[in-house]
Amino acid sequence: MSDLAIDVSGLVKRFGDKIAVDGVDIQMPRGEVWGFLGPNGSGKTTTIRMICGLLRATEGAGTCLGYDVLNEPEKIRAHTGYMTQHFSFWKDLTIRENLEFTARLYQMPQLRERVDETLETLGLADRQNQLAGALSGGWKQRLALAAVTMHNPRLLLLDEPTAGVDPQARRDFWDEIHRLSTRGMTVLVSTHYMDEAERCDRIVYLANGKVVARGRIGEIIARSGLVAYRGEGEDVRRLAARLQGRPGVDHVAYFSAALNVSGENRQALENAIADIDGKDVEWREIQPTLEDVFIVLMMRAGADRRTHA
Amino acid sequence: MTVSATWARIGAIFIKELVQMRRDRLTFGMMFGIPVIQLILFGFAINTDPKDLPTAVHAEEHTPVTRTLLRALETSQYYDLVLESDDPRDSEHLLARGEVAFVVFIPAGFTERLVRGERPQLLIEADASDPAAASNAIARAEAIVNQALRHDLKGPLAGLAPRPGPVELIVHPRYNPEGITQYNIVPGLLGVVLTMTLVMITGMAMTKEAERGTLENLLALPARPVEVMIGKITPYIAVGAAQAIVVLVTARFLFGVPFHGALWILLIGIAIFVFANLAVGFTFSTIATTQMQAMQLTFFFFLPSLLLSGFMFPFRGMPTWAQTIGEVLPLTHFLRIVRGVMLKGAGLADLYGEFIAMGAFAAAAVAVAMARYRRTLD
Repeated sequence: MSDLAIDVSGLVKRFGDKIAVDGVDIQMPRGEVWGFLGPNGSGKTTTIRMICGLLRATEGAGTCLGYDVLNEPEKIRAHTGYMTQHFSFWKDLTIRENLEFTARLYQMPQLRERVDETLETLGLADRQNQLAGALSGGWKQRLALAAVTMHNPRLLLLDEPTAGVDPQARRDFWDEIHRLSTRGMTVLVSTHYMDEAERCDRIVYLANGKVVARGRIGEIIARSGLVAYRGEGEDVRRLAARLQGRPGVDHVAYFSAALNVSGENRQALENAIADIDGKDVEWREIQPTLEDVFIVLMMRAGADRRTHA
Repeated sequence: MTVSATWARIGAIFIKELVQMRRDRLTFGMMFGIPVIQLILFGFAINTDPKDLPTAVHAEEHTPVTRTLLRALETSQYYDLVLESDDPRDSEHLLARGEVAFVVFIPAGFTERLVRGERPQLLIEADASDPAAASNAIARAEAIVNQALRHDLKGPLAGLAPRPGPVELIVHPRYNPEGITQYNIVPGLLGVVLTMTLVMITGMAMTKEAERGTLENLLALPARPVEVMIGKITPYIAVGAAQAIVVLVTARFLFGVPFHGALWILLIGIAIFVFANLAVGFTFSTIATTQMQAMQLTFFFFLPSLLLSGFMFPFRGMPTWAQTIGEVLPLTHFLRIVRGVMLKGAGLADLYGEFIAMGAFAAAAVAVAMARYRRTLD
């Protein structure tokens, strides 16, 4: 068996004459945790669905866990846990019934014990007879994760699992992902959050259906050739509007009581900063953040052209 | 994948459907409420042979003969003599306003002319705006009048009595000699109830998954389309069976509908019919994207079934094109089976054509449903 969990190349998906995914290659080794990033409509969900056989690729080929993505979707599904972007367990079934249903479909031995165990680990044992629809967002996500990992899949595909979930729940969720990863699961997570991207071994950045960046975070930042400055001082926020749109300034953002500017051309950026009459502002060069890089990547790739939801 | 694995997955889906069905009180109530309500409405309310129709009498003379005639009309049960009017314009208005269905007009000198053998005229004006409502009473009128006069025209008047025609006509209205509407309607309701609920509920069963966003999950889990289909449909087979029992028991004990044929032939018919309807419902669920659309498609199928199958209107009264459409619909054949078995005591040999037609429809519907079921989200 190859040591790649996912090995697909040239994946293309067309809906009518719209291209949602346009030639994506992913070679992902087993046991790693990869982040799948990109703006809304960049093709993340479509790519994940093609990998687990929920959508048939228009072009391209490849394997997932050694099975052909076009012809062996059933085998892929048997060893994959796929958590959908929106909660897609049955809200009119209780927590326990949802887990039991999933366990039955995977034909787990000692079903009752496994479900009991899962409920215990989740901390939902005393709420097992509540309808799943009554759970809060964070709990729904934990239930979904528990349900899709109960059969010990080799590959976990998570589509924006933490959207709309509070920071504490997100942190717990990621701890759980890392725990699962150390147990040998390969995890591909799509996300919009930069802090989550930083919890991944590698990231793949998608824009308009194409991979525009991939690798370790440090590498991606280094390769971007981006320069960033941070300005601190009184009323520094008011400078943001004046800096915006100046030649050499790609991105201006105000956070942590400081102004962060970035651009691809060092000279132009420094000139822009110098031109601004910021007497009390103290500028120093910093390392660009992943967010800066992504915004530049997004600008380079063009606007969201999605029509397919 | 092994056979036992297949059964295990079908079982998983079956259990899930049962739980969801039980929890969806409204749908569950509907599955049993609809047959009961339809039985009560159609069974008790519909009568295609209306009697006791309000009748006004405008008699310009009162003699023993006219009294005999009026009494005969009344005892026929079709005419209910509710009022007498003296003014012909009055009776005109009564008819126009719909207060009476008939006006019987006896002119002055009726008895005298009758005795003289001059064939006096007796006028019955009928509100025939609804042909079905008036037709039986009109058809019987002549026989009622002749029958009544036969008693009075005796002795010297015997020569005036209506003579029998050259042919003695004998009509046997078989299978339902008293023409009781329920005997026709109630067995037919079995087919109507099954069509309505089964097509609708299965149609909604799959679209519900799509609408609630759970379809993606269902497709991502390791169940194959056939397994999903069987697992989802099986609970509704049980529902169909329960509905059939409700209707048959009611037919027997509440409406006293006779059951002349063999139950097992009817059960085979019900089984094929239920299967055909479930397949139609499943096909609809592959076309519709929302439960609302599934509902609309159901009515698109249900209305022609109701109107063109011979449930509501006589099948042979329809033009050829309508009969052709009717022949395609499973309800048409099922009605012939259920009425044939219950009222006529028909056997398999009498009905095999209907079984074949219904089976062919079921097979075609299953083929379409299987071909259309999406294995992916495409």
